[in-house]
Amino acid sequence: MPATAIYSEPVLRRVEVTAPRVEVARPSAAEATATETGEIKIATEHVSISYGERVAVRDVSLNVQARSILALIGPSGSGKSTFLRCFNRMNDLIPGASVQGEVRLDGENVMDPDVSVVELRRRVGMVFQRPNPFPMSIYENVAYGPRRRGQNDKRKLDELVETSLKRAALWDEVKDDLRRKSGLALSGGQQQRLCIARVLATDPEVILMDEPASALDPVSTLRIEELMRELREAYTIVIVTHNMQQAARVSDVTAFFTMAEDRAGYLVEVGPTGRIFTRPNERLTEDYISGRFG
Amino acid sequence: MTATTGRVAGGPLGPKPSLRRKTSRGSLLADRAATVVLWGTGVFVLALLGAIIVHFAAAAWGVVSPSFVLSDPSDTGLGGIGPLLWNSIYMLALTMLIAIPVGILGGIYMSEYAGENPITSAIRFAEESISSVPSIVVGLFGLILFVDNFKWGFTVLGGALALTLFNLPLMTRLSEQALRAVPQEERTASLALGATKWQTIRHVVLPLAIPGLITGVILTAGRVFGEAAVLLFTAGLGTPPHYDFTNFKTFSLTDTNTAWWHSSPWSPLRPGTTLSVYIYKLQSEGLGVYVNQIVDGCAAILISMVLIFNLGARLLGRILTRRLTAA
Repeated sequence: MPATAIYSEPVLRRVEVTAPRVEVARPSAAEATATETGEIKIATEHVSISYGERVAVRDVSLNVQARSILALIGPSGSGKSTFLRCFNRMNDLIPGASVQGEVRLDGENVMDPDVSVVELRRRVGMVFQRPNPFPMSIYENVAYGPRRRGQNDKRKLDELVETSLKRAALWDEVKDDLRRKSGLALSGGQQQRLCIARVLATDPEVILMDEPASALDPVSTLRIEELMRELREAYTIVIVTHNMQQAARVSDVTAFFTMAEDRAGYLVEVGPTGRIFTRPNERLTEDYISGRFG
Repeated sequence: MTATTGRVAGGPLGPKPSLRRKTSRGSLLADRAATVVLWGTGVFVLALLGAIIVHFAAAAWGVVSPSFVLSDPSDTGLGGIGPLLWNSIYMLALTMLIAIPVGILGGIYMSEYAGENPITSAIRFAEESISSVPSIVVGLFGLILFVDNFKWGFTVLGGALALTLFNLPLMTRLSEQALRAVPQEERTASLALGATKWQTIRHVVLPLAIPGLITGVILTAGRVFGEAAVLLFTAGLGTPPHYDFTNFKTFSLTDTNTAWWHSSPWSPLRPGTTLSVYIYKLQSEGLGVYVNQIVDGCAAILISMVLIFNLGARLLGRILTRRLTAA
């Protein structure tokens, strides 16, 4: 995997764990990488997320290159999933959650109050930990997003359903009973690929995956990973995973999160996957990937 | 069951008594007892329903016939219950016409929009309180409001509105519960696909809540069919005249002669004694020779109507679920 070709080294910085943060003059992550060749799809700047009083994620700045896979790894409670959900503003749905900082999609801050979350979520799709097809036919599951956008042309829908299922590597398994079979009648791995097809049908640019294979058997997991590698050609993917081998296998860039003493998650370091797993800059990262904690 | 208890004393598992000692005699007994009690309760409820049906089927044998169901009541002979059955159905339709949409919309609001705060807990408390107000009191309220204050007199509409008052809170509460029972992840999945909140409710939450909503409709409808107290004071308990089903005159603002729309079965502004009220009336004051047969016949018809309605509602629910989740 030519990870380094895709990824440019961001500014690494330590995050003070206990002392109040002092802003040190330093180039922002965006500035540091904007000069590089790769196109930045998502840039986060000083993103902090809290649930009521509790800070769940503190001051994360990182960039995601277009058409690459970024893996977020780290122990449970380090805020990876919470951080992922601010990319499509799913945190809006949690009462009491608040997000500070900027998340820019193609330069546009998605946190702006006048951003339409509906439009945002069409551009930034999401696949969840537990496969969650709707209790509808396979066809209707895939057609759900397009239909909600007003696409009712039967021929176009048929076409969209077929291409989406093909892209999600599910077409051959389900093409004979698209309309008869419920999405829930599929196996776990098939359900998850159906959920991916459902997202693809909305024609997103970014796909967020929150531990997409953690509920699947090894064979299904491998298929999802292969699929991710294929999708990477056209989409920007951010994946949260507990499985370090998975991060090493599929991602171009890995970001390691852990939590501070006040249980707030923060970004320890981010870099090309190859380097993070062989020569991490931070002791914490090394301890985690070598299994000494977490 | 028997296999488990049989092996406790000395099974073929070999010399490892510690394994077996864990399921003590006491907990095994409790387990058996629970099974027996729960089974017994279920059987008892079923038997009760069966007994009621069998009793009235037997009592109504020879009474219920097509002519009994369709013809007008008679002062001298057995007569029939046609107009009363019609009034029950008409009353049900009118009440459900208001209660179903408003109840479901209220349930949607309470479940999806209102959230948890002191006001919504107050609303929930009010819903539960109104549902448990004695129905005779609701009838009195209807009497004061619709009959006296609005000067409608005894009307089907007044009865239907009083019934709505009585049933709407229950319908709303049950709708809310049905909607809340839809897993949150279904909503999340839909919203994450870029559906709006209303689209999510319309295309995911409502279809999945249909079985629960149907339960609400059935419970509410059962109360409408069976209710007598609310209707005594609002829809009246007089023996209805002969209904002319070709008379579509419902009411007139200029002609105050009520006689010709009182004989129109389609008019909501006429008195409308229902089957339940008629049973009450006959049983309490009926002096004719055939009173007992007529009451038994009415009861049998009432039970059949409730069963038919419940089965019909379930069937409709299944069809609706299929259609809503398919398109």
